[in-house]
Amino acid sequence: MGITMTIIDLLDLVLIITLLVCAWYALTTPDLFNAVIIFIAFGLLVALAWVRLQAPDVAMAEAAVGSGLTGALLLSSLSAIRRLQLKQTDQHASPDDATAK
Amino acid sequence: MTAGRGFVLLLIVLLVLVLAGIIALVTPDKARLADLAIANVPQSGVLNPVTAVLLNFRGYDTLLEVAVLFLAIVGIWSMARHARVWIKIPDTPVLVVFVRLLLPLMVIAAGYLFWLGADFPGGAFQGGAVLGGMGVLWVAAALWQPPASFRRLLRPLLSLGILAFTTVALLTLFMGYNLLQYPPAQAKTLIIIIEGAAVLSIGATLTLLFIGGFPKKRED
Repeated sequence: MGITMTIIDLLDLVLIITLLVCAWYALTTPDLFNAVIIFIAFGLLVALAWVRLQAPDVAMAEAAVGSGLTGALLLSSLSAIRRLQLKQTDQHASPDDATAK
Repeated sequence: MTAGRGFVLLLIVLLVLVLAGIIALVTPDKARLADLAIANVPQSGVLNPVTAVLLNFRGYDTLLEVAVLFLAIVGIWSMARHARVWIKIPDTPVLVVFVRLLLPLMVIAAGYLFWLGADFPGGAFQGGAVLGGMGVLWVAAALWQPPASFRRLLRPLLSLGILAFTTVALLTLFMGYNLLQYPPAQAKTLIIIIEGAAVLSIGATLTLLFIGGFPKKRED
């Protein structure tokens, strides 16, 4: 088999493996904040993959919307969830705990 | 690793293998739409084949895409009518200074991407996304203090894209063409009008999605 591997092929392979690892960690990591950050990194790598597939239009849309704006939306939802949880624990806690905080 | 997670992993690996097998075994059909599209790009009014497909050959799809973005903001506003724009003033001046420097550059980049879209990779969605990103930074840095007049502008701004698109669609119908079938001489003008309106609407929509409701003033 005369398979010759160029540097570019090697980089593609690294890209694919990194994508899969990022996807796996984004789904399985228990900390939601980490999951969002890994998801943003995943989006940027997907944009790179689109560039390698010679689809620069899709790459730009993916980097801006898929990674940037979705990441911002996820982060703001995360802070909204945290605020909601904080409010709920405040209501359940005794007055002493609330003032201690 | 729990048994459930192992099962999911196994399922994913199987699915990937099956999909890879299908891709490897099935020979692509000779009659691909891509060749047809590329052959007709000269008639579309633009040189970028992606823009030609999105705004001309399959303009109907893009019209619906713009409508989906519009419906998203309508849905959010009907569920949460008012949202505070300031999350909090950042503790560090770095973000504020950085955003102040970046905003004008992002406006130029968005306009450039929109204009470039006719002939090179780029276009309304990319330009609009950059505008949206600019809006998110603007809001996150708490630089945005919307005056009453600006809040009155929001609704027209959000609906501008879908309004321009449907107007052009109806215009082509009245001129005796099919829906969104542009006369070749005016194709570029019509595409630029639609994209120009869409870039503003997409930018505004993405920013307001981030705010998550009709922006209210601090005093409200």
